[in-house]
Amino acid sequence: MESATVALDHAHEEHHGPPEAHQSSRIDRQTLGILLFIVSEVMLFGAFFAAYFFLRVVVDPPSWPPHPYELPVTVALVNTCILVSSSFTIHYALESIRKGNRAGLKLGLVLTWLLGATFLFIQVNEYVHLGFSARDLGFGSIFYSLTGLHGAHVFVGLVLLSFASIRAFRGHFGPEAKDHLGVEVPGIYWHFVDVMWIVVFLTVYVL
Amino acid sequence: MHNPLRSESDAFRWFIVVLAGGTSVGVLAALTRPLVGVVWAALLIGFGAGFAYRAARGALLRDVAVTRGGDGRFRLLVVANETVQGEALLSEIRERCRDRRAEVLVVTPALPTSRAAHWASDVDEAIELARQRMELSLIAIGELGLKARGEIGDSDPNLAIEDALRVFAADEIVISTHPPERSRWLERGVVDRAHEQIDLPITHVVVDLSAEHAIR
Repeated sequence: MESATVALDHAHEEHHGPPEAHQSSRIDRQTLGILLFIVSEVMLFGAFFAAYFFLRVVVDPPSWPPHPYELPVTVALVNTCILVSSSFTIHYALESIRKGNRAGLKLGLVLTWLLGATFLFIQVNEYVHLGFSARDLGFGSIFYSLTGLHGAHVFVGLVLLSFASIRAFRGHFGPEAKDHLGVEVPGIYWHFVDVMWIVVFLTVYVL
Repeated sequence: MHNPLRSESDAFRWFIVVLAGGTSVGVLAALTRPLVGVVWAALLIGFGAGFAYRAARGALLRDVAVTRGGDGRFRLLVVANETVQGEALLSEIRERCRDRRAEVLVVTPALPTSRAAHWASDVDEAIELARQRMELSLIAIGELGLKARGEIGDSDPNLAIEDALRVFAADEIVISTHPPERSRWLERGVVDRAHEQIDLPITHVVVDLSAEHAIR
């Protein structure tokens, strides 16, 4: 069920065209948009995970990763810590602007951007030194597909954070919820990216 | 439908939950065997899905965020549907606002006319009926000399209250229902739930429309 506000003064005014859109439970359109986008992204990742588990369970049951390949678990763990930290810094940025602390907002955004960029840099560096490519068995294909898909999402997140940071340094955003949607929406997306990495790290590197 | 993911703060809470669960899976898998981690992960996912389902259905109690005013004006939130024009309710509103600079917000949940209409999101008729009742109620409250405005709320009365409190800094809440033997809101525990969730004085008014009509 959706809710709508009806002002008494306007109740009897003539209305032409389709009825006004109802806004469900006061979620603003931008937030609803990013939530729907995230739902579609979960499905996309789900398709890749389905391929991963198919390869893992059906095609190559004896060993993972298949001999003689090895995955740099320690490097990935450090990278995981870096990306996980960035969720705390983006949350700090949001909490800061909610309290009217602009310096905290800028610091949080810059730190998040740097942590995200560091994660991406280490991942690219990992690719260079892995010793196998996407053409090496199904294992190589799915490894690069899953981690690459996630890396692409981190890149998109960095672009969004860049816009938010530039706007923050230009004096945009305020404590009211409607005045910092430009950080709120990338923040939600960034948490989603981090959650997906936790799942990717666990399935690909640990389990 | 209660959306358990309405803001970055909600997303951050879910992130913390996934981080804690993921850490436990990773540690368990490292200490024992990957298969044990997989089983534990499956259990956690099942538990999390059940929790999210209950949260989305509104079955889980949670504190409702209340906007605070501060300009000295007394703000009364009135939640009522079919009983919105009841004499008992108007009398309670008059009593609450007596000798006060008061502002009243009447929220009338738009209740779908049937379960099929609910599932089909066919809310136009429900909204129209609720709007008509609300307008008559606002006229009646206006005749008491009070400043009032109205909103059509979500079909879930508790969610309608929660929505209203996000934008209306209420000092007190009045919930109006039919008598217990005829009230679906009471059967669903709307008033009890509001008491548990909201840190504001809440008054429950019972309006017996048939008795009021008989007196008239």
